[in-house]
Amino acid sequence: MNGKYSREISVAAALGLLLVALALFAPNFYELQPLLSRTTSQMPALVAAIGITLVIITRQIDISIGAQFSLCGVVAGLVAAAGMPLGVAVLAAVGAGAFLGAFNGLLVAWLGLPSIVVTLATMVTWNELLRLWQQGRFMNLPAGFQWFGLSQAAGQGVVIGVAVALLLAAAWSMKNLAAGRRVYATGTDAEAARLAGIDPKWTTFGVFVLMGALAGIAATLNLVQSPQVQPNAGDGLELKVIAAAVVGGVAINGGRGNLWGVLLGLLLLANVNPALTHFKMEPYWERAIQGLVILLAVIADGMKRTKKAA
Amino acid sequence: MKPLLQLSDIRKSFGAVRALKGVSFDLQPGEVHALLGENGAGKSTLIKVITGAHSPDEGTLVVGEETLRSLTPSKARELGIACIYQQPALFPDLTVAENIGLRLKKTGAFARVNHAARRKQAEELLKRIGADLSPDAEVRSLSMPEQQLVEIACALGSGAKVVIMDEPTASLTQKEQHLLFAVVRDLRKSGVGVVYISHRLEEIFALADRVTVLRDGESVGTNRVDDLDEAAMIKLMVGREVAQLYPPAEGEAGDVVLSLKNLCCAAGGVKGVDLEVRAGEIVGMAGLVGAGRTELARVLFGITPADSGEIRLNGKPLTLSSPREAISHGIAYVPEDRRRHGVILEMPIAHNITMAVHPVLFPGTWLRFKAETELAKDFIRDLGIKAYGPDAPGGSLSGGNQQKVSVSRWLATKPKLLILDEPTQGVDVGAKSEIHKIIRGLAKDGLAVLMISSDLPEVLGMSDRIAVMRGGTVTAVLPGGSDAHEVMAAALGHGGKEVA
Repeated sequence: MNGKYSREISVAAALGLLLVALALFAPNFYELQPLLSRTTSQMPALVAAIGITLVIITRQIDISIGAQFSLCGVVAGLVAAAGMPLGVAVLAAVGAGAFLGAFNGLLVAWLGLPSIVVTLATMVTWNELLRLWQQGRFMNLPAGFQWFGLSQAAGQGVVIGVAVALLLAAAWSMKNLAAGRRVYATGTDAEAARLAGIDPKWTTFGVFVLMGALAGIAATLNLVQSPQVQPNAGDGLELKVIAAAVVGGVAINGGRGNLWGVLLGLLLLANVNPALTHFKMEPYWERAIQGLVILLAVIADGMKRTKKAA
Repeated sequence: MKPLLQLSDIRKSFGAVRALKGVSFDLQPGEVHALLGENGAGKSTLIKVITGAHSPDEGTLVVGEETLRSLTPSKARELGIACIYQQPALFPDLTVAENIGLRLKKTGAFARVNHAARRKQAEELLKRIGADLSPDAEVRSLSMPEQQLVEIACALGSGAKVVIMDEPTASLTQKEQHLLFAVVRDLRKSGVGVVYISHRLEEIFALADRVTVLRDGESVGTNRVDDLDEAAMIKLMVGREVAQLYPPAEGEAGDVVLSLKNLCCAAGGVKGVDLEVRAGEIVGMAGLVGAGRTELARVLFGITPADSGEIRLNGKPLTLSSPREAISHGIAYVPEDRRRHGVILEMPIAHNITMAVHPVLFPGTWLRFKAETELAKDFIRDLGIKAYGPDAPGGSLSGGNQQKVSVSRWLATKPKLLILDEPTQGVDVGAKSEIHKIIRGLAKDGLAVLMISSDLPEVLGMSDRIAVMRGGTVTAVLPGGSDAHEVMAAALGHGGKEVA
């Protein structure tokens, strides 16, 4: 397997295989309503995955993404519960996310601290503050909030539409905007980028802010799917999206990867669980199988690298 | 005498690329055998066959008494083959003695380390090669040449009979070179065979007994160095005559483009530099490593901003606090280490070339790939970059062609002042003369060029004026065509007694 898109092709093949198997042995997987619900429920993760992909390409990591997601959801929920219009709640979530991202970005870009330590610290801090503040309460949302006040089908359409639009915009920008080029350059060789007049600090900072803002949007897309705010909605999200990025071929040491691979990676990992249900296997297998997929991806990367070095 | 090492008809392919097409090579005890060839001629592959990193597809190796099909790195070490790379592979956080000890003695994980014995052994080895280093110094604190000396001490301590040196002088000052040469001559005297790789012909003349020239994966001949002159050697390497190593100066220098008055930067060790560079002029910057030349370039490019003094560009005073600012004023800097910071190896040539001109080429909007490709194609043609196209990743090019890409990036910014830092370091003779021609052509078109180089013949051959730096300041500005003696004397700060 060589060539530029070998990873995307292998992941797509695995996903295709899974979908064909489901079509043959569990055709009710494709019933429209449940399929639509399952897809909608993955959209917040997709939006978060866009952010984490940019962060990883810049040769950074953000494991506080789940905590940002939870916090943004609570902020949006409080604003909505206070009777503010939907638009204000969305803005509040995005603003809160951008602020949290800026905090990470400041520490990583200007103080030069390792992002894994910074975001580990902020992850724990945000989560614990949230716990103290909300005491684990589930907050009820006003009626007009769920599905943006639309019918369920229309609401699902909007959620999927927003996520896909963001994906398209991000993929286009990474390829066609100078900013995208800067992200790749900074992730490959920050010093070379600096010598070429690119400011790696601003680039890194910007990516973290964007990550936060996307976490805010993701949190909103999650919020509209339920009548309640769960203060722990983002638990485990970081693992899910980092895994999707790694499976989708984003190099963990920066500079390489694209969003289409990440989309495929996310779809593959997300379909493990429904597939298990339809094949009537114990759901305990989900984590194990997801882990196996990630392991395979990492081993494939390792083998590719060893082959190149030889 | 029985050779230490004899390779016969070694062949090695990587996929469709035939890196070695039947190379034979032998090394006698007590000889320095130079290995010469353009980049991509197969030198590194051959070295890797000798050190056991690659197994040849065909051919045999005779090392001492043993005849082998191939080696492994540990087998090679066992047979007394040691290699000193351009970039020493030492542990930066350990001391010199610990590094030497680790390399020389395999111990079990739970064996007790005898620190005193280790230290004593290191001290003896360092003394033997005349290195003035403390065994207790952390390797991190050593300069590159000092680290090379540690490597040589390791090789010696392991009882190596075959020592391979891959461009050992690439980052050494003249003085350090002489020290290294003395060490090499010592090795030779004690019966060690040295395989010596260098692009600098004068070193080969100074040091080597025999020379084997590789071209396109084949050995084109082994000769006694005494039987060849420089022109003959170059002809063997490139397979054609390199008409003129240095293109002649043309035209008159124009207005002053860059003028520096008492420029200081404490962090960079730049202490009161006065200098002028005119349009259409190449100012060569000579000096020892550590004299502050690269540091001055970094100040001029805004990487380490100046504390005091004056920088004027076309008469206007400037403060430069970031590379971006320097670029916007029309200053371009081709850095020293192209493999690390000059060219992003993973990125296509086209992306590399447009990297510093995004705002100009794509004002305010998205990238236009067509314009980018066109620009890249122009430079590929104009500078003669050998690549399969604008999409070829930087890493797929040879050193000389990478350097041309790095230069292209800066020419794309249409600079007024071009600063080149070691523009031909590690570049083969053919590409070197092409790069020289490009630089001269740029000066002819009115660019002001400041060229830092540790390659003395290059400075002498290329410069219209030569600025010599020592201890962070410009100590002399000599006219082009000055002789090597004068330049070295100024660089050393005395009568030039150390010039060999």
